[in-house]
Amino acid sequence: MIEKLVDLRDAIAEHLRAGDKAVLGACLEPDVPFAATHEIIRQDLRDLNVIAPISDASTDMLIGAGCCTEVTGAWVGNVSGGLGHNYRRAYETAEPHKLTVHDHSNFSIGMALMAGAYGMPYAPMRSILGSDILRSNPEFRLAENPFSEAAEPVVLVPPLKPNVAILPVQRADRFGNHHHWGSRGLVFEAAMAAEKVILLADEIVEPEVITSDPSRVLIPGYLVSAVCHVPAGMHPSPMTGRWQRDNEFFNEYHRQSRSRQGFLEWLDEWVLSLPDHAAYREKLGARLERLRIVGAAPAAETNFAAA
Amino acid sequence: MADYSIQELMIVAAAREIRDGEVVFVGMRLPITAYGVARLTHAPNAVGLFECGIVRYGPADGMLYTMGDPPNQLGAAWATGLVQVMSLLQRGRVDAGFIGGAEIDRFGNINTSYIGGIGNPTIKLPGSGGAADIAAMSKRLLAIMNHEKRRLVQRVDYVTSPGYLDGGESRKKAGLDGGPAAVITDRAILRPHGSDNELHLASVHEGHDVDEVRGQTGWDLKVLPDLDETPPPTAEELAALHEIDKDGFWRR
Repeated sequence: MIEKLVDLRDAIAEHLRAGDKAVLGACLEPDVPFAATHEIIRQDLRDLNVIAPISDASTDMLIGAGCCTEVTGAWVGNVSGGLGHNYRRAYETAEPHKLTVHDHSNFSIGMALMAGAYGMPYAPMRSILGSDILRSNPEFRLAENPFSEAAEPVVLVPPLKPNVAILPVQRADRFGNHHHWGSRGLVFEAAMAAEKVILLADEIVEPEVITSDPSRVLIPGYLVSAVCHVPAGMHPSPMTGRWQRDNEFFNEYHRQSRSRQGFLEWLDEWVLSLPDHAAYREKLGARLERLRIVGAAPAAETNFAAA
Repeated sequence: MADYSIQELMIVAAAREIRDGEVVFVGMRLPITAYGVARLTHAPNAVGLFECGIVRYGPADGMLYTMGDPPNQLGAAWATGLVQVMSLLQRGRVDAGFIGGAEIDRFGNINTSYIGGIGNPTIKLPGSGGAADIAAMSKRLLAIMNHEKRRLVQRVDYVTSPGYLDGGESRKKAGLDGGPAAVITDRAILRPHGSDNELHLASVHEGHDVDEVRGQTGWDLKVLPDLDETPPPTAEELAALHEIDKDGFWRR
């Protein structure tokens, strides 16, 4: 097996390019890879098309920092605060730049990534019928179900194959094998659809830990490009069994990003003036410790014995 | 004013829309509390779905800021993916779905995307999330709104989540069954009525009156003949609500 454990800075520098289509978190509200969001901003990667069903304030940060000029997603904002101020400024007044939005619903972006993941030429679906998403995003096609006798409209969704998917997981080994548990959102589809997968592992474990429970694996390590050991790399979003949501952090970001100047000050304090995520964790200090889940609710033992 | 807040009345009204044994797309905030009240009172066998990939029987024990928070994962009936849970919708296996919105029109179409239309919006809202899917595929859509004239409009600028579209048969022609069953606001409850499926005033909350509600509605709101006051919460409903809302968040 090939060692894939690298520093997050090196992983972003090696695998992500300006102009890429990048999934940054696909679990909806949990497991948003904010550590990678910050590193992308520090490296000043530009013109990203950020793909995410809902990646909370991460997309808003990338837009405000000038890294994201296209969004392919169902929802952009701040789940705690509501609207995303950078998203609004970019779309409504082109500050700091023009923003192109490829509108989706949660299910349609799921179908797009699923088509990408499974090598399907397109995915047929129905749940955005009647919605103006079909009007504002011309990438969809409206067709008739060829198998139905009565007229039955169907939406054809083109596949989405991201260049890179960056996904937090609870634990991984140094070869990219990993476990992810709790609700999954579109993590599996994103991991399967992307050309490259970068994992942010909350913990690095021995390979035997992962092979002890192969049914908790999203995709095997040979399909993973890089593993970065970034504890709490998803802060302030939550991670099942590891970290609670830092809701007040989202509220603070929402208040401070209300003005462009306030956002730039926030960005300087929490991203640009810090060299890496270790410094970010140190700055959070006791606040981060309070979010650590210390309780135990282990799953029942699962036997994989062969004889 | 009686011994409950307007939000508490809305929660109880929303809970009453859930029937026992139904499968419900819950969503956050007010509906998640309504789901809990329904489970504790008249609908102990209801099932709750969350688009992040969670299915639950009983509501979570502990404060939720978002549906994916750790308390909603603990003790879930199913922790899976978005495609799995939302496929239950598309498969026709979801009875009711709750959504909110910035703007709703007389046919129950909801806009959470572009205020002012696509070309030159005055406000870019976050977008659909799962709302379009829930509105299209639930057997009954239940909308929760603040009742203001700028929010209840003649025609939305953009249909994120389809209601009865242009009224009449237009939703069916678009390939959709179901549709809005109730719009629960902080002043009243509206329901579709007649062959056009236009939203009508069905009941008015205590402390509000028909003229005021019509004045706060952006179309010529017609009144159902059997209009009544929204029944206040019963002692049992309030007890269930207080058991869930231990901190009194909805009492304020």
